[in-house]
Amino acid sequence: MSKPEMSNYLTDGLPIPMPEPDGLSAPYWNGLRENRLLVQHCSRCGAWQFSPEWICNSCHAFDPDWTEIEARGRIFSWERVWHPSHASLRQRVPYVAVLVEIPHAGSVRMVGNLLGDPLQPVRIGAAVEGCFEHHPDSSTPYSLLQWRVSSPGGKPASGIPIDRS
Amino acid sequence: MSKPGDQRTLRGRVAVVGIGETDYYRHGTSPDPEFKLALKAILAACKDAGLDPRDIDGFSSYGDDRNEASRLAAALGTHRLRTTTMQWGGGGGGCCAAVANAAASIVAGLADCVVVFRALAQGQYGRFGQVSGIETIFGEKAYLMPYGVLAPPQRFAMKVQRYMHEHGVSQGALRAIALASYHHAQSNPRAVMHGKPLDIEKYDASRWIVEPFHLYDCCMENDGAAALVVVSEERAREFRQKPVFVLGAAMGAGHRSGAIPHNAPNYASAGFDTVAPDLYRMAGLGPSDVGTVQAYENFTGGVVMALAEHSFFEPEQANDFLTLENLTAPSGRLPLNTSGGNLAECYMHGLELVLEAVRQVRGTSTNQAERNDVALVIGGPMVTPVSNLLLGSEATL
Repeated sequence: MSKPEMSNYLTDGLPIPMPEPDGLSAPYWNGLRENRLLVQHCSRCGAWQFSPEWICNSCHAFDPDWTEIEARGRIFSWERVWHPSHASLRQRVPYVAVLVEIPHAGSVRMVGNLLGDPLQPVRIGAAVEGCFEHHPDSSTPYSLLQWRVSSPGGKPASGIPIDRS
Repeated sequence: MSKPGDQRTLRGRVAVVGIGETDYYRHGTSPDPEFKLALKAILAACKDAGLDPRDIDGFSSYGDDRNEASRLAAALGTHRLRTTTMQWGGGGGGCCAAVANAAASIVAGLADCVVVFRALAQGQYGRFGQVSGIETIFGEKAYLMPYGVLAPPQRFAMKVQRYMHEHGVSQGALRAIALASYHHAQSNPRAVMHGKPLDIEKYDASRWIVEPFHLYDCCMENDGAAALVVVSEERAREFRQKPVFVLGAAMGAGHRSGAIPHNAPNYASAGFDTVAPDLYRMAGLGPSDVGTVQAYENFTGGVVMALAEHSFFEPEQANDFLTLENLTAPSGRLPLNTSGGNLAECYMHGLELVLEAVRQVRGTSTNQAERNDVALVIGGPMVTPVSNLLLGSEATL
């Protein structure tokens, strides 16, 4: 469980994600650093939304609550990148990015990388589990949420921190 | 069709009377700075119309064009400046909206003679297709860039992949769009890819940029400028060229299309679900009336979606409809991107497509279509907001 699962999927040098100066997405990014996936969930109407906004797009209540959810979902779409659009990726193509839909949180979608062989066949609809990828040594420490295909039987592969709340 | 007496339409109210462009260059190779390119294109459009540039009283652009209207007006010594409109957001999705905003300014009495322009010198200001010099990022890009979803090819491939999955669209449908653009560019001396033909074998052998986009599914990046002059219908016949009338224009986006990152409810879409019906309604026309289509190819897959959303075929029919034969002038079923478009003429952020639609209606294209009375332009797909435009000859009014 505590064994480091992997080195980082992509090379260092890509833009570092941060909350906006007004702090809108700070709970999300801070949550990732603690192996927690937080998504806005309106306490008035029950709507989920991602990325965050200051207002619930469904009922217009301000400051929707943040709820911790299990990091699992299914592949909604994907792409395999062969041409590096950033100098730091020149030696790191191909790689796979996926769009993951999270059915138990209003089917919000998140972009991440699909861990494993970059040449693996990718199937839309496949179940995936989230993995937190930490960058503590970055000039601005941050964490990402990556994905891997769920092992048969639906149990997460060992060593992946999955939130149980 | 707009009701008799309904003033809330652009149909037949304004005309394009002049078009012009600079030479088109590979990105980073323009001998001129961007502002000079903009001036050259505007002067060329005025010359085409037989218009004194000092009579321009409005400027309209999109895509955050850097060449500010007040500086242009000062440089050109226009007698007065009235409207200065910039379409908000959407990049190349605004190429038709810029014409519509010019038209609306004129119809509303805010200006008489508006120039629509776009200028790009990517050598001077940096490329769209490469990301560098960014250390930290927030907002939409924070959810994408750390995962290597950096530039437009990576930002749009997943949308197309999903669309192909939902509707069984084949790579061959995307390929046909690339082949049509390159085919038309071979007889267009303005085209950057003039003299560089593309065939099936070359397409299939080309490298992936990002699956499902081969190299030839992606637009070029270029330097240059393009411009056109819009005046009211009452003045349209005072100029040197046969006037080309706006029959309809629309812009916008469907429900929550701007939900980032990749959270638009109607995800696998070019974004014309509401905008295409608006256009046809204003023009009082349908897809069967359209003779030629200039459809913005940021990526070929976006064109597939955009054509389907303009009701030329059902998504499930895309593989059958999208063949080189159907898409080529003079007599294909739906001649597409008859100048070579963003793929093979020039990536002038789509304004070159509007100019080509004007040429089709005038009858002066280098790939003239037989049916040319009504020309459709579809602005950049898969962005928000998008826009589109129907142009027609005097006979269509």
